[in-house]
Amino acid sequence: MWHSTKSHDKQVIFCKSTAFLFVQGMGMKLNTSALESHRLVIGTSDELPNGFSTAPSFEIPNTTDFDCFQKEAIQMVKPAKGTTTLAFIFKEGVMVAADSRASMGGYISSQSVKKIIEINPYMLGTMAGGAADCQFWHRNLGVKCRLHELANKRRISVTGASKLLANILYSYRGMGLSVGTMIAGWDETGPGLYYVDSEGGRLKGMRFSVGSGSPYAYGVLDNGYRYDMSVDEAAELARRAIYHATFRDGASGGVASVYHVGANGWKKLSGDDVAELHYNYYPVEPTIVEQVMVET
Amino acid sequence: MKEQANWSPYDNNGGTCVAIAGADYCVIASDTRMSTGYSILTRDYSKIRELAEKSVMASSGFQADVRALQKVLSARHAIYQHQHNKQMSCPAMAQLLSNTLYYKRFFPYYAFNVLGGLDNEGKGCVFTYDAVGSYERVGYSSQGSGSTLIMPFLDNQLKSPSPLLLPAQDAVTPLSESEAIDLVKTCFASATERDIYTGDKLEIVVLNASGIRREYMELRKD
Repeated sequence: MWHSTKSHDKQVIFCKSTAFLFVQGMGMKLNTSALESHRLVIGTSDELPNGFSTAPSFEIPNTTDFDCFQKEAIQMVKPAKGTTTLAFIFKEGVMVAADSRASMGGYISSQSVKKIIEINPYMLGTMAGGAADCQFWHRNLGVKCRLHELANKRRISVTGASKLLANILYSYRGMGLSVGTMIAGWDETGPGLYYVDSEGGRLKGMRFSVGSGSPYAYGVLDNGYRYDMSVDEAAELARRAIYHATFRDGASGGVASVYHVGANGWKKLSGDDVAELHYNYYPVEPTIVEQVMVET
Repeated sequence: MKEQANWSPYDNNGGTCVAIAGADYCVIASDTRMSTGYSILTRDYSKIRELAEKSVMASSGFQADVRALQKVLSARHAIYQHQHNKQMSCPAMAQLLSNTLYYKRFFPYYAFNVLGGLDNEGKGCVFTYDAVGSYERVGYSSQGSGSTLIMPFLDNQLKSPSPLLLPAQDAVTPLSESEAIDLVKTCFASATERDIYTGDKLEIVVLNASGIRREYMELRKD
């Protein structure tokens, strides 16, 4: 049941309402008498005798297909691309971070997924959306980048690599691929960061976060971001942002990995279990115990 | 209202597969029950296939797709042997399986696979897959109808520090080969109690430096 009720009599009312829906079938006017609160003539308060308060009534939308309307609303809230990844450009290069949880519906299928994919020694890609889609197309991108190097005797730019991926994903638009990735790298023009997704979108930017945990990560990231941070400060900001996202988002968790892309390529800076990070940031104060129970 | 198809090309034949990697061995196991809906088709169906000298795959799901997948991989391995004059290593087979699954991204093999074997250094390795080819090297895994029952138990017994941690912490299963086999038998005995699609008989394949060995154990038939 998607109703969460507090008191017993509220539950009874909701059960009655669904019984009415079954009987009504589709397309008929709903009998909402069960949802209306029992208003007493005595006084203006909502209280029944014996101190119980009435169930508050609420408006329901006037649609022809009430059951499916609710289904769509629930679908809207379902975690889309259950993950948290982020990347940002700062003075010393690009910082890339991600969690490591993979979920299939409500089941956690893995807590140790590599969501930061090493395309080549100076370019990273992040994974959000369908795990197989991201893994396969990033590997394919790595192959194309290597072929470019061999054909042109120079490394491919981040602009070029992201364009290659975006064009492939655009050609599969509408076929159900789910990819929300960031391509981060360092080329001749300096640090580069692009966001590419399976709708065919490609955006150049300084700060991105992708996934169901991204609103939480953005909150921390946008608050603490300055262009002239040191590598350590930037790494700590990235780590905190991922930690806060895993704290509040059920679809994110596991290990928070942080990578730095500099002039000499990428380097993994840290990989910390988010549960341990929690107790690092919020240590448990030992409580003063006045009386201790001792086993006799 | 949009019309829904009355016929589906897929069916789920149930069953559970488990694989555990050790320091110098790998244990791959699955039950031998094949079902459709509430009926049992047979009590004696092997879901395990040796793809190469050091790679063994166990798959649950739709067995027709599993059989087709096994044939494709065996054929590709034969070609590899002709071209390179050697057996495919387990990590190479893992990548091949991933690509094979992804090539049918828009009409997937309904197969949930675990690939077990020995890597190039002789250490046990287990690779776990989803239906469209996303894969990961792990120390242990289970797939199939009983996986939600078995995985938490394996996490409790075997969970090792994540390979993503930095500084890296050693992640080898500390069990000996016989302990791992006992653990697998325990897993299936429990899963059989609570999953209707798991039971009848347990087939265990053990891979180590001396070769491949098979063992069987009876499970509840109800």
